[in-house]
Amino acid sequence: MNFIALKMLIGDRARYLGIVLGLTFASLLITQQSSIFTGLMTRTFGFITDLALPDIWVMDPKVQFIDDIKPMSDTQLLRVRGVEGVDWAVPLYKGLLKARLENGNFQTCNVIGLDDATLIGGPPEMVEGEIADLRRAEAVIVDDVGAAGKLARVLPDGRRVPLAVGDSLELNDHRATVVGICRVSRTFQSQPVVYTTYSRATTFAPRERKLLSFVLVKAREGAGIADLCLRLRAATGLAAVTRAEFREMTVRYFMKYTGIPINFGIAVVLGFIVGTAIAGQTFYNFTLDNLRHFGALKAMGTPTRALLRMIILQSSVVGFIGYGLGVGIAALFGQLTRNTELAFRMPWQILALSGGAVIVICVASALFSIAKVIRLEPAIVFKN
Amino acid sequence: MSDSKAFSAPAAGASNGDEPCLAIRCRSVTKAYGTGYARVTALRGVDLDVKCGELLLLVGPSGCGKTTLISVIAGILDRDGGECRVFGSDFQELPAGERTRARGRQVGFVFQAFNLLPTLNAAENVAVPLLIAGVARRQALARARDALAQVGLAERASALPAQLSGGQQQRVAIARSLVHEPRLIVCDEPTSSLDHANGEKVMEIMRAHALGPERALVIVTHDARIFHYADRIAEMDDGRITNVKNPPAAAG
Repeated sequence: MNFIALKMLIGDRARYLGIVLGLTFASLLITQQSSIFTGLMTRTFGFITDLALPDIWVMDPKVQFIDDIKPMSDTQLLRVRGVEGVDWAVPLYKGLLKARLENGNFQTCNVIGLDDATLIGGPPEMVEGEIADLRRAEAVIVDDVGAAGKLARVLPDGRRVPLAVGDSLELNDHRATVVGICRVSRTFQSQPVVYTTYSRATTFAPRERKLLSFVLVKAREGAGIADLCLRLRAATGLAAVTRAEFREMTVRYFMKYTGIPINFGIAVVLGFIVGTAIAGQTFYNFTLDNLRHFGALKAMGTPTRALLRMIILQSSVVGFIGYGLGVGIAALFGQLTRNTELAFRMPWQILALSGGAVIVICVASALFSIAKVIRLEPAIVFKN
Repeated sequence: MSDSKAFSAPAAGASNGDEPCLAIRCRSVTKAYGTGYARVTALRGVDLDVKCGELLLLVGPSGCGKTTLISVIAGILDRDGGECRVFGSDFQELPAGERTRARGRQVGFVFQAFNLLPTLNAAENVAVPLLIAGVARRQALARARDALAQVGLAERASALPAQLSGGQQQRVAIARSLVHEPRLIVCDEPTSSLDHANGEKVMEIMRAHALGPERALVIVTHDARIFHYADRIAEMDDGRITNVKNPPAAAG
């Protein structure tokens, strides 16, 4: 009977393609939009991801997410270092400073100041130069996307010449020389990322009493990270969170205070509704058109449960193919846009979500068809 | 010539020793559709016997209950009252699953509109009853090709229904009704959409292959051109069998 079910389905080319396309569209839209959403959300904590070395981030208790800088006084670093279980603790500056370009334009940059002694917190990958070059006078390292994009020199003929090692720029009226080009995870903010030492960053920054953004802490071997967080909070009155917790805080903030989830949620729901409408309706019509044949099969001795298995098989086949095509096209889209501004991240959970949605669509359309076939009187075959 | 005696005094049951083999035995069969004001009585106490080896034509005006009667006989429609046995078994007394299986084994169908699956080729369509019965596909297709050869369509086994003429489609439908060797074949207007030559051909095939000592054929028809193929003709009107007669001239 499976053979008959598949022939019935695939033989009706137009309808078969209609159902498959509907499911492909639903699967594609759900997968693609969810992946872009996940990509965007991943970018919100891209900077935290890049800083793999420290176990704990210590910050002002009012900080809500990675870009929500509430500076602390430098003395907090010493207090943190004094807590039992801390192996090392280094300062980190993070702030937005204006860079003056050669053509006179200003560009806001995300300036990261690393511990002068250890340079902990530096970029995860160097394209050109070395992190140690930051110890040279006026040295900064610029991310490759920023160097080739917003910080690039624009020639009179319109061509863009990327900022290169040896070039200089002005950061808040202070001269800085590019000593390296790095590659960092894309972040939610689109500003170029400029790495320098902590002391130089605080020189670049406008004069303020408090300039310390974060203290990065490594737990001593054997000291429990969660326990150390508790001790740090108790001893300093600051917030101390693990890398994973800080990522969660950041994502939660963007989920709660931006319209991103709603906007993407609407697109995903629309994909689901449109997919259900197209695929579900077409599949139901397919069953209706074949009702006479189902009636004939029933009259000729096909048990109702065998007919139901046929419908479930038909529904599963179109679901599987539609899902595969949709996810495949979404993956291709992600691959083709890999090196662009577009955020795209497709973890297995999205594949499961999309698969679940397609299953719901298929089950719903199959249920309507099944209800029709269960009620079907085989005597229909004698009605003309 | 009237044969109302055979109709009014039917034999007691199916083949039993010296008693004549009865393929169908209906007594006081009633059936109505709808309820209240919308209630329509289709069968008003039908008595009918069909003997083994017999080709019975069921004739009468539209709406007289012919199709309802063969639906009840074939076990695809429940009667409201009376008794109806096919080779001694009452389909309605069987549990749903067993009834469906019994119908699949014992009854073959030929429909006016052929009811061939449009996406299956002729051989595959003919193989359907065997596939329903659980016969392996390869074996079912081989037997289907044999059945197609019986109806003279061996060379069109791979053709889709849309590629066949009306007469050829009906011959495929007949092959389908024969392939699993059912004891009873019910046909609803098998020749009404065919021209005279094709109608004759279909009836000749039916007579040649659908009948046997323990088999029977019931055909609902309006087509007077095929009356001479019948062993007996039962006339229906207003939900009753009004007359059972012999055909004007028996076929071959």
